[in-house]
Amino acid sequence: MNNMSEAAAVHHVHRDDVGSKMGMWLFLFTEVLLFGGMFLVYAVYRFQNQEQFRLAALELNTGIGTLNTVILLTSSLTVALSIAAIQNKNKFLSIVFLNSTLLLALMFMVNKYFEWTTKFAHGIYPGSKELLEKPNGQILFYGLYYVMTGLHGLHVLIGMVILYIIKRQIKKDIITHDNYIRLENSGLYWHLVDLIWIFLFPLFYLIQ
Amino acid sequence: MANAVAENYLHQSTNKYTGIRSWLLTTDHKKIGLMYFAAILFFFLVGAIIGLLMRLELIAPGRTIMGPQTYNTLFTLHGVIMIFLFIVPGLPAIFGNFFLPIQIGARDVAFPRLNLLSWYVYIVGAILVLVSLFLPGGPIDTGWTFYIPYSIRTNTNVSLAIFAAFVLGFSSILTGLNFITTVHRLRAPGMSFFKMPLFVWATYATAWIQIIATPVIGITILLVIIERAFGVGIFDPALGGDPILYQHMFWIYSHPAVYIMILPAMGVVSEIIPTFSRRTIFGYKAIAMSSLAIAFVGYLVWAHHMFTSGMSDTARWIFSLLTFIVALPSGVKIFNWVATMYKGSIDPQPPFLWVMAFIFLFSIGGLTGLVLGSLATDIHVHDTYFVVAHFHYVMFGGTGTIFFAALHYWFPKMFGKMYNIKFSKIAVALFFIGFNMLYFPKFILGYMGMPRRYYDYLPQFEPLQKVSTVGSWILVGTIFFMVGYFIHALIKGKKATSNPWGGVTLEWHIPSPPIQENFEEIPTITHKPYDFSQLKEMKNE
Repeated sequence: MNNMSEAAAVHHVHRDDVGSKMGMWLFLFTEVLLFGGMFLVYAVYRFQNQEQFRLAALELNTGIGTLNTVILLTSSLTVALSIAAIQNKNKFLSIVFLNSTLLLALMFMVNKYFEWTTKFAHGIYPGSKELLEKPNGQILFYGLYYVMTGLHGLHVLIGMVILYIIKRQIKKDIITHDNYIRLENSGLYWHLVDLIWIFLFPLFYLIQ
Repeated sequence: MANAVAENYLHQSTNKYTGIRSWLLTTDHKKIGLMYFAAILFFFLVGAIIGLLMRLELIAPGRTIMGPQTYNTLFTLHGVIMIFLFIVPGLPAIFGNFFLPIQIGARDVAFPRLNLLSWYVYIVGAILVLVSLFLPGGPIDTGWTFYIPYSIRTNTNVSLAIFAAFVLGFSSILTGLNFITTVHRLRAPGMSFFKMPLFVWATYATAWIQIIATPVIGITILLVIIERAFGVGIFDPALGGDPILYQHMFWIYSHPAVYIMILPAMGVVSEIIPTFSRRTIFGYKAIAMSSLAIAFVGYLVWAHHMFTSGMSDTARWIFSLLTFIVALPSGVKIFNWVATMYKGSIDPQPPFLWVMAFIFLFSIGGLTGLVLGSLATDIHVHDTYFVVAHFHYVMFGGTGTIFFAALHYWFPKMFGKMYNIKFSKIAVALFFIGFNMLYFPKFILGYMGMPRRYYDYLPQFEPLQKVSTVGSWILVGTIFFMVGYFIHALIKGKKATSNPWGGVTLEWHIPSPPIQENFEEIPTITHKPYDFSQLKEMKNE
């Protein structure tokens, strides 16, 4: 009988940080493949409509794109710093860095919002009369532009929600200097969001 | 072992609740496996009944019991339900969940809560499929391949139904990454990779395909939904989109998916044959590695579904060649299984008989796959009943048969009850007869030119269509007969011993049904997985 109660006592105290991180990497791998499918579609259509893609890309605002790249890269840095802070038992600084990440993410989304609404104002959105009058290659370019940056934007929003929850958990000391795997995994997710943007940026804004 | 009943996982709770919530909120991999079992079995029976209705419609030319639109929805639903709700999750989610942790000597999977979440995600996906049937617009009628452009033109509930497939894919990914992490992190001391049972190897290889392939169908499905909602043009030929590209994207997932379906089945075969031959598996490493080889090569053959869709000749023969290469690791497995039986002490219990049925049916399915994989013959039989027959021999004759084999093999361990052996032997025989009557005529019909998915047919096809329909009655009757004796076993069955078949992998070292966290003490592994010299020690325990 003693044996039995012991068996009940060990129940679910299992903690495996290496395992958690491995699971996270596998998940990120599926995210890369999800976007990989989109990059494949992009490559095929770019190959089929080279001239039209070039012309359509001229309409995009490289300035805002560059600004957003800088913002997102910086936000990746602040997440990394937040992890370093918690490792050094500096809870306050960790929260400050997470707040700056959230702020930068918000700035990214605001820029995105203005970028999209300007396009809408010019009548460039899926199914609009102006867009349908353009050659097929340009319709495809904008279709891909909205889908890919939209899907990426959705990931930014999800990342913001996750980082906000993580911040609350740091406040409540659920995440501490000797148990910060959740923060690390969320940081990995944020780096992925950043990484995907690094590829989207040249494909849409720079190849002109 | 006097308090074995009290410790049995079925009567214990992993949370503070008792009753139904001790199941619905459990994190025990065994209970989650059983919850998958209940859900998957339900959808399997629904899918089987839909198949039965389709066969009934085809018993005579012209309209018999339903109109053409109903027929179109039924074959779509039969495909969607059987593939996404039964055969993809079937073996990994039920038996993988239940036995993978036990076979590597772990107390649970690496992420127990994620495991429960993946069950709920599966249920949400299943409910979405069901909801899509009853909403205005009508059930989806595109066929389970959702080919463009029809799937963006039809007014039926395509978006919701394929969104369900997206959600189910999520469940599949979560299960896959859970299993991979479990295998890497939770093996018992001494359990090196090459001491793992082959079912674990197969499930591990499957988990990798789930992770690598499923996101591609995920994005493809999202694109179709976006196309239907906003008309962005990515797949719409009127706006410059390319329907062939859709087919590539679809098969990049859906071909590896057939290996998601078959690999765990091959793993189960590699468990059952040694147990009932009392002989260690022949070519352990070759079988383990061939699982990985199938997973790898299987990823590179997708375009053999598209030989008549429009591709360059070079691409066609490369894909044809790669397709033939898949036959090599599959052949390695078949020969090793047969070699294992050579000079073994064979005990023809029901699980073993199911495996024999499998080897026969799967070989027919595999060899006719080569007919389809060669360019010239494929053009003749493409999109005919020949493809349907091949697919059912491989998937139903392969994975479906092994689903039953696994159930007969592990049922005593899962529930602690033994079923009626005589009944189950009759069931194998009836299944085998019904199966061949149902599907073999389709090879001939296909060769004669009967196209797949057709509601009506020419009078000269009638005799074989009738044979096929009668076969479907025998087959479905057998399935319900099985359900009957399993339910009887649950209620009135004799108590099963901890090792009814004389197996030596870890699940046979623990009581039937297993205790709460599988092992009182995590075992240290010294033997190879199929070392039958252990049997004597096990009897003394």
